Amino acid sequence: MSLDKNQIAQRIAQELQQNMYVNLGIGIPTLVANYIPKDIDIEFQSENGVLGMGPFPYEGEEDPDLINAGKQTITTLPGAVLFDSATSFAMIRGQHVQLTVLGAMEVSENGDIANWKIPGKMVKGMGGAMDLVASAENIIVAMMHTNRFGESKILKKCNLPITGVKCVKKVVTNLAVLEVTENGFKLLERAPGVSVDQIKNATEAELIVIGEIPEMEL
Amino acid sequence: MINKLVRNAEQALLGTSNNMTFMFGGFGLSGIPENIIKALSKKDIFGLTCISNNAGVDNFGLGLLLKRKQIKKMISSYVGENEEFERQMISGELEVDLIPQGTLAERCRAGGAGIPAFFTPAGFGTEVQEGKEVRVFNGKPHILESALTADFAFVKAWRGDAAGNLIFKGTARNFNPLMAMAGKITVAEVEELVPVGKLDPNQIHTPGIFVQRIFEGDYYEKRIEQRTVRKKE
Repeated sequence: MSLDKNQIAQRIAQELQQNMYVNLGIGIPTLVANYIPKDIDIEFQSENGVLGMGPFPYEGEEDPDLINAGKQTITTLPGAVLFDSATSFAMIRGQHVQLTVLGAMEVSENGDIANWKIPGKMVKGMGGAMDLVASAENIIVAMMHTNRFGESKILKKCNLPITGVKCVKKVVTNLAVLEVTENGFKLLERAPGVSVDQIKNATEAELIVIGEIPEMEL
Repeated sequence: MINKLVRNAEQALLGTSNNMTFMFGGFGLSGIPENIIKALSKKDIFGLTCISNNAGVDNFGLGLLLKRKQIKKMISSYVGENEEFERQMISGELEVDLIPQGTLAERCRAGGAGIPAFFTPAGFGTEVQEGKEVRVFNGKPHILESALTADFAFVKAWRGDAAGNLIFKGTARNFNPLMAMAGKITVAEVEELVPVGKLDPNQIHTPGIFVQRIFEGDYYEKRIEQRTVRKKE
């Protein structure tokens, strides 16, 4: 059984550690906030200028002056702080934010990521993604293993214009957890009930498979 | 105290003309200078270069200026919410310079702070690097980015006084304080104009020295782009 988007988020939440400052991108990464382990303290940063972001507001309590980078209405938690965009990217570029979780259209085996442009089709801009991937110590990509045509998004080399070079550390998909190593993608875990061969068949890049590959624990 | 008070948006726009470069504060539709944009959309000025993180939506924010084809060039980081924008960009009517958000913020800050250029890692190895100087610092490649300034910078604050001091609210702060620094003439519109002396000097975000004109906006719609709520348990 391949994972759904919530389960991908659930698996990524296991990477969160005590006292981490974390930036979550738009899409699947946003869902990670729903699965923070109960025993750890995390602060979420949103690049439009808030640290200490809380859950979505209750109906009727939305504040147009309080949004996240996805332009969704949010709340703040006790201890939260608000700041301007230059300060926000000082936190990001200066590596004060320890973990970034991003969506992607393609990831290559040397850790390149493409997620901002499809020439001739979608040109919406990179937003903060290029700053985030250029500087974050730890970048985890959350995405589906293949696109809607069934083609692998885990590649030897990105076909689309890239967002950043050699920056992705880990990829969590609906099929697998992969680590980006100096020698390429290393298969760490399988989705429950998914075989190594199924993952290989869905992957254009070479996979490094050493010994028994455990199933993800969700 | 130097008095920066003007009556309204129309008076604040005195001296604006064709082919100028304008900065607009805001992230999405949050913290945009609504009254100024509305007044600009009624003026016959065209050929504008607009620096703004986003380009509004079809019938609000900078979308109003796009609809009247007042904008020649947009400098932004993310422009995904506007169909008219996309149409003009694909047809070639509109020039678009997309730059990373942190670079955009820093270019505005640098412009206002007298720093002509700086090196950043953002965009190295991508299309953004094309034509730019690359230098390695601490073993990591960086690209040279230049400062941005504007003929007019238009910002929106929560509270302000006649001296031009500003306080922002929530995430409506975003690019506003940086662009306030980078305008040859900076116009601030505020939700509430308070008597000079009422703002606590410890709490002011933008010192009045950066602001040349200030007025209280007539009305703020404050449209929400992605209303997202949870149910009470």
